Amino acid sequence: MSSTDGTAPPDRPADERTMDLGPVGHLGDRLFSGLARGSGGLVVLIVAFVGIFLLALAIPSLAKNDSNFLFSRIWEPGAVPPKFGIAALFYTTVVSSIIAMAIAVPIAVGVALFTTYYAPKRLAAPVSHAIDLLAAVPSIIYGLWGILLFAPLLRPVINGLGTALGWIPIFEKPPTDNVGVVFTASVVLAIMILPVVTAISREIFAQTPIAHREGALALGSTRWEMIRMAVLPYGRSGVVSASMLGLGRALGETVAVLIILSVPNGNDPWNSSIFAGGETFASKIANNAAEFDSPEKTGAYIAAGLVLFVVTFLVNSIARIIVDRSTPGGKRTRKVKRVGDKPQSEGATL
Amino acid sequence: MTTLAANRPAYDGKTLDLTGKSGNRAFKNTLASVLITLCFLVALIPLVWILWTVISKGYGLLADAGWWSESQRGITVRREGGGAYHAIMGTLIMSLITALIAVPIAIMGAVYLVEYGRGTRAARVVSFMIDILTGVPSIVAALFIYAVWITVFGFNRVGFAVSLSLVLLMLPVVLRSTEEMLKLVPDELREASYALGVPKWKTILKVVVPTAFGGIVTGVMLGLARVMGETAPLLILVGYSKNINLNPFDGFMGALPTMINQDRTELALQPAADRVWAAALTLILLVLLLNLLARLVARFSTIKSK
Repeated sequence: MSSTDGTAPPDRPADERTMDLGPVGHLGDRLFSGLARGSGGLVVLIVAFVGIFLLALAIPSLAKNDSNFLFSRIWEPGAVPPKFGIAALFYTTVVSSIIAMAIAVPIAVGVALFTTYYAPKRLAAPVSHAIDLLAAVPSIIYGLWGILLFAPLLRPVINGLGTALGWIPIFEKPPTDNVGVVFTASVVLAIMILPVVTAISREIFAQTPIAHREGALALGSTRWEMIRMAVLPYGRSGVVSASMLGLGRALGETVAVLIILSVPNGNDPWNSSIFAGGETFASKIANNAAEFDSPEKTGAYIAAGLVLFVVTFLVNSIARIIVDRSTPGGKRTRKVKRVGDKPQSEGATL
Repeated sequence: MTTLAANRPAYDGKTLDLTGKSGNRAFKNTLASVLITLCFLVALIPLVWILWTVISKGYGLLADAGWWSESQRGITVRREGGGAYHAIMGTLIMSLITALIAVPIAIMGAVYLVEYGRGTRAARVVSFMIDILTGVPSIVAALFIYAVWITVFGFNRVGFAVSLSLVLLMLPVVLRSTEEMLKLVPDELREASYALGVPKWKTILKVVVPTAFGGIVTGVMLGLARVMGETAPLLILVGYSKNINLNPFDGFMGALPTMINQDRTELALQPAADRVWAAALTLILLVLLLNLLARLVARFSTIKSK
């Protein structure tokens, strides 16, 4: 029974009969820890491989590309020589996601506050489960519902905003009565990212130290003043990182956007208005899967996918860094000792 | 009371008077309550609306036994009939293979983070990469597998390729939830096991993982629910087939999302529209069922410390 490979701890008693720690460092342990380490390493490898493979397959096409990849709006990977640039894709992707975030974050914060500090205790859990169910609806169903049932409802909003603010290029009202526009996609994206932002904000808000809240109330605050002075400052960084995660999701959403956005004709001049159609990285790639027939063409789409990967990578990294930097509440509350707090588990709800 | 009132300094008009809620502050408070409640109601509208739409438009075909047992073989958009058996099986087969690959890696990865790597720099790198993987869009996962499976290795577009790309999406979900559950296992249990002379790997396998089992199952179900509804990888990595194909390594394969995608352009035709909504309802039922089961399992399997 005694282990002879010298891995026994140094403070092990000399009398092995009284304290045998078992076969320390034997095959089973080495194998098992190897498997565990390997699985951890595999995750790192996968992320690295995603970047490496996409880059490797994009480079040949990029080398042949006859137009500026970053600043051109042309997308003709089938031409000889191929011409493709991501400017238009980038614009639509970013604009639609940012509008989605602008709509979703305030509502999500409201919902999170409602479940943590307004809803009756008994209602709070079912209510948050109901909002979580929004995340369970498959995105293709959001797309169908979005374009068939929800979009017609947005027509007066689009017409109204287009008439009132049409002098700003981004709100310019297009001549057609089409509702499959960037704005519609943004609203549907907002609904889709709502549960993510809500879930994380809710967790952070719920952790506001009871001393802060009671302190505010003891000073005579109303419930809203308590939230504004104690809860919101405490949860600010959490909400920011939750929004970034929502943004990351909106940037990469494919099928809902694909179904909702009407693709402009190849000959149409480019339109910067959010009341016009367009294509995002993801919808462009998914829409043209049938075109992956030559390495050059495929490479062009893979290059677009690589840009999307890099953008989401950056956005998600920033979210993660914000979470890491700040035990919620940031500097102001760091000195306060929080008795009985559980260790932070960021991203637990993902 | 009289002494208190007497000792109270005379109000100088400058210090903040917090003795009552002035009209303005009370109004703001009420306004905030109303707005916040409104936020919640607004957020609920799409959920109710979507569920209502899909149920009311889709339930008709689901009552038909043929929906669950027949394929769409030979049925055109203008014709009624046929079922979703091919698509349901395709969805189930592809997600099952995904789970078979993703779950062991996820659990072992979580074991690494909690039992072996806790606090090390390497574990922080792994943890960071899991977050990044969580944020990888499904279309990028699909493109990556396309790049490896089809462009580099030259294989065909088959169901298995879809499963591979779904592994990338399911892995981080299961890993994170498993990690959370393993963290909750009280150290006393581990120490008791070590004290009995059980080696670490056996302790993990026989004590730690079984204790956290309920939570791990919850994570697996949530992960499955997430990948079942994914459409983008299906569009790129496998063709849609109306025939029954149960072999993930050969030929095109039907799946519920691609079945919806197939007929959605012909919604003006009643048979096609009926099938689209029925397929959507079937998909939602599968996904919601998994979600509800996950919650149920979670409720009955909380880890009791001590």
